[in-house]
Amino acid sequence: MSDKKVGVIGAGSFGTVVANLLAQNVKVKLYARSDEKIANMRVNRENAGYQLHENIEVCDNLQEVASECETLFPVVPSSGFRKMMRDLAPFLHPYHTMIHGTKGLDVSLPKGMSIDDPEAYFTRENVKTMSEVIRDESVVVRIGCLAGPNLAREIGNNQPAATVVASSFDSVIKEGQNLLRSEYFQVYGNKDLIGIELTGVLKNIIALASGALSGLGFGENARAMLISRGLVEMIYLGRELGGNLQAFIGLAGVGDLVATSSSKYSRNFTVGYRLAQGERLPDIIASMNEVAEGVNTIKIVKKFAEHYGFRAPITETLYKVLMGNMTVKDALTYLMKIPLNVDIDFI
Amino acid sequence: MEDKFNNTTEFKPIIPKHSEWPVVKLSKQRQEFTERVSAESIDSIKKVKTTEASLIEELERTRYKEKLRIQKSPWSVDPDDEYEFWKEVKRQLMAISSQTEENTKTSDEILKSITERYANEIAGNFKHSSYRLARSIATFGFARLLNAAHTGRFSGLFRAQRTLRDKIRIRGNLEHLRELAKNGTIVMVPTHFSNLDSVLIGWVIHELGLPPFIYGAGLNLFNIRIFAYFMNSLGAYKVDRRKKNLIYLETLKTYSNLAIQDGCHSLFFPGGTRSRSGAIETELKRGLLGTAIQAQLANFKNDKDHKIFVVPVVLNYNFVLEAPSLIDQFLKQKGQQRYYTENDEYSTSYKIVKFLIKFFTKQSDISVTIGRSMDLFGNYVDDEGHSIGKSGRYIATRDYFMRNGKFVDDKQRDEEYTIHLSRRIVEEFHKINEVLPSHLIAFVGFRLLRKKFPDLDLFNFLRLPEDELLLDYGEFSQEVEKLKNIIFEEEAEGNILTSPGLHKTTDELINQGLRNLGIFHASLPLIRNEVGDIETQSLNLLYYYHNRLTGYNFEEHVG
Repeated sequence: MSDKKVGVIGAGSFGTVVANLLAQNVKVKLYARSDEKIANMRVNRENAGYQLHENIEVCDNLQEVASECETLFPVVPSSGFRKMMRDLAPFLHPYHTMIHGTKGLDVSLPKGMSIDDPEAYFTRENVKTMSEVIRDESVVVRIGCLAGPNLAREIGNNQPAATVVASSFDSVIKEGQNLLRSEYFQVYGNKDLIGIELTGVLKNIIALASGALSGLGFGENARAMLISRGLVEMIYLGRELGGNLQAFIGLAGVGDLVATSSSKYSRNFTVGYRLAQGERLPDIIASMNEVAEGVNTIKIVKKFAEHYGFRAPITETLYKVLMGNMTVKDALTYLMKIPLNVDIDFI
Repeated sequence: MEDKFNNTTEFKPIIPKHSEWPVVKLSKQRQEFTERVSAESIDSIKKVKTTEASLIEELERTRYKEKLRIQKSPWSVDPDDEYEFWKEVKRQLMAISSQTEENTKTSDEILKSITERYANEIAGNFKHSSYRLARSIATFGFARLLNAAHTGRFSGLFRAQRTLRDKIRIRGNLEHLRELAKNGTIVMVPTHFSNLDSVLIGWVIHELGLPPFIYGAGLNLFNIRIFAYFMNSLGAYKVDRRKKNLIYLETLKTYSNLAIQDGCHSLFFPGGTRSRSGAIETELKRGLLGTAIQAQLANFKNDKDHKIFVVPVVLNYNFVLEAPSLIDQFLKQKGQQRYYTENDEYSTSYKIVKFLIKFFTKQSDISVTIGRSMDLFGNYVDDEGHSIGKSGRYIATRDYFMRNGKFVDDKQRDEEYTIHLSRRIVEEFHKINEVLPSHLIAFVGFRLLRKKFPDLDLFNFLRLPEDELLLDYGEFSQEVEKLKNIIFEEEAEGNILTSPGLHKTTDELINQGLRNLGIFHASLPLIRNEVGDIETQSLNLLYYYHNRLTGYNFEEHVG
C-alpha cells in the first residue's frame, strides 16, 4: 500500500461505506462536519452502523484533507454540496481529483426563495449536477462521479457489487478503479459524466414510486411495469438535461434502478412506501436520519419539465402526491389511464 | 472587460530591435529549426506507430494519399519535384518489402525524409525587409486610398490626414495585451469571416507595437502572388488542407508547438476556415489549439516558467465580400467539411487589389475587439500573467499537468483541456462581439420575415421569391428599438458589446445600418423602397448577416 492518502468528505452511511471500500486499498482520511459524529467515530471506531476500517483516519479539518489528499471523494447531500465546495475551494488546486457520490441536483434560486416556492422555476441555467457545482466553485477540473446499484448496507456486508466511475478524463476513471476495486467490488468506467450523474439522480424518482406500489401491497408485475416505464421517463428527462441514452441502459441506469426500486433499504423507496401507507411527507422526513434525495429531485424535475414544456407523467403525478394533493391510490389509477401505447420509441 | 475605444494612442514597439523579434530569430535559424521539427515529429509519430509494420503501413498510406492528391488537385504552388519524391518513396518501400535490393533506406529513414520535406514546406520565410515593405504598402497605401475616397478627389491620394485608425476601431484592454506580450507568449485567436482577416490582424498587431506573429495560412492563398508576398513577409507558415495524413499533421503541429515554445507569438483562426454561415464560430478546430497546451507543458517541464496566453479577438464587418459564396456553400453542405475550393473573388491579384480598394475606401467602420486574456485553461490573467481563479486567488497553472508532485504526460487529459479551452474561447467570442447597426437590422429583418412563414422549413423559406417579402417600416423600427434595448441590457451584464452606432436614435441607427449592410453585393440584403417599407433583394444574404447575432436567444424577442 502506498502512503498517499485519499479523502472522503461526508460521513453519512454511503460516505462511510465508500471510505471502507477505499481503505482496503489505501489510507483514507474521512471528514465529518459534526463534532458529535467525529467524537463517536474516534472513540468507538464505528459510524452509521458500520465498523471503520483500520486504515481510516477521522478528520475534522477540510484544509487538512485537501492538503494531504490529492484525490477526494465528496459524499454529502446535494442540498449541502455547494456550501461544502465553497468551504473547501480555497484549499483546492488543479491537480486535485474529485469523484463524488452524491445522487441529487443543485438549484440556485434568488435569495429567500425555496424549492417549494410557487414562483420558483428551474432551467438548465439554475439546475446543476454535482460535477457542475465542483467546476463552478473551484479550480478542480479532474472530476468524476460514482454511480451504480450500491446499497450501502449490502456493500457494508461485503456482498458482491459493482459501480461505475464516470469522467471525461481517462486518468480519473483509472484512478477510481484502482482505488475502489476489491474482491467483492467491480468498477466499470464511463466517459459520459453528466449522463451517469443523471441516471443516479433520476432513478430516485422511480424508486420512490416503486416504494409506493409496494406500500399499496402490489407485487412484481406492477413493479416491472413501473421500472420499465420509469426507465423510459428517465431517458427522456436525461436527454433534456444533457445525458446520452447509453448511460441509462448500463449498470448505473437500469442496474441502479432495479436495485433501488426493489430494496427496502433504499431511503427513497421507504418514503414512497410510507406515503402509500397514509403517512404525510413532513412526518416521514422528520423521522428519517438521512436525506431522501428523490423528494427534492421530484420537485425540481417537475418544474423543470414544465418550463421546457415536455411531459413526465410519473414525476408529475408523484409531485401531486408529495404535495398532499393526491393519494397514492388515485395517482396509480391516473397513471394507468394514460394512453401510452408505444413501448419503446427512443432508439 | 475594461473597455477603451482607442483611436489616438500611438503604441511604441515593445521590442524596438527587430533582430530580437522571436520570428526573426526563428527565420535566422530556419535550417536548425526545421530539423528540430522533423526530429520531434518523428518521436511523436513513433509513439503512435510503435511497430515497424504499423509504421510501414502508415508510410504506404501516406504515399498513396499523396499520389492521389498530386493527380487530383495539383496547385501552382506545389513544388516540381513532388512526383519524383513520392515515386522514390514508393521504390524504397517496395525494396523494404521485397528485401531484394541492398543499401535501401530503413523505414525510419524514409519517415525522416518525409518529415524533413514537410517541415521545410511548412516553414515560414520571414524577411524583415519585405515585412517592412509590405507594411508600408498596407498602411501608406490604404491610408492614401482612404483620403482619396474621403475627399472624393484624386488629389486626396497625396494627403495623409485620414488614417486607418479612423476607419478601424480597436477596442479592448490594449495596454494589458502589450504587457502580457512582454511577459509571455501570446496566442491570438480571432473569428474568421473573410480572407482579409489575416491582413487586418497583421495591421492591428503592428499598430499595437507588437512584434509580428506567426500564423498558419492556407497554402491555397500562396497561389495568388500578391497574397504570397504579404504572407511570406508577415511570418506566415503554410498549412496545406489537402494533406490530411498523419505524418503531415504531426509535423504541422510540432512546428507550431516548437515555435510557441521558442516564444513566437502566434495567430490561429480556431474556426479552421471562414465561417460559412456568417455566425460566430461555435465549433473550433482543436489541432492547433492543442499545440499551445503541449508547448506550455514542455515549457514547464524544461523549467521555463514562460507562460502562454490566449487572446480571443472578434472582427466586425458590415460587409463581407465573400458572403454570397460562403452562405451558398453553407446551405449546400450544411457544415460538412469538404476540400477547400478556391472561389472566384480571390482568383487573381487584380481582383484582390480591386477588392482591397473597395474594402478600405467605401466601407464604414470596421471594429476589432481584443478580448480578455486567458491562460490555456480558460482562467483570466492579470497584467503580470498570473491566472486568477474564481475567488480572486492565483492559480499555479503548472498544477494542471501535475500528479503527486510530478509532471505527467497524458494525451487524453490534454485533449480534454483543449476541448474546455475551445469552449471558453467560444464563450469569450460571444461576450466581445460588437453589435453594429447593420447586424442588428439584418437580424430583425430576417426574424420578422421568417415569422411570417412559420410552416416553411428554412430551406423552403429561403426559396421564396424576394419580391413577395415586405416589412412595414413602423413595425420594423419598433422591433429594432425593442431588440436594441435588450442588447443594451445584455451589454450591461457583460454578455455582448455595442458599437457607437447603436447609441443613436432608432431611425438613425436603421439608416446607418441600411447604408452599410452588405453594401457592395449585387443584391442587397435590406433596402428601403420608394414607399418607405423594408425589402430584401437577397434572402440568403440577409440570412448570412442575421446569423451574426445567433446564439444569444435574441430570436424570442423579435416579433
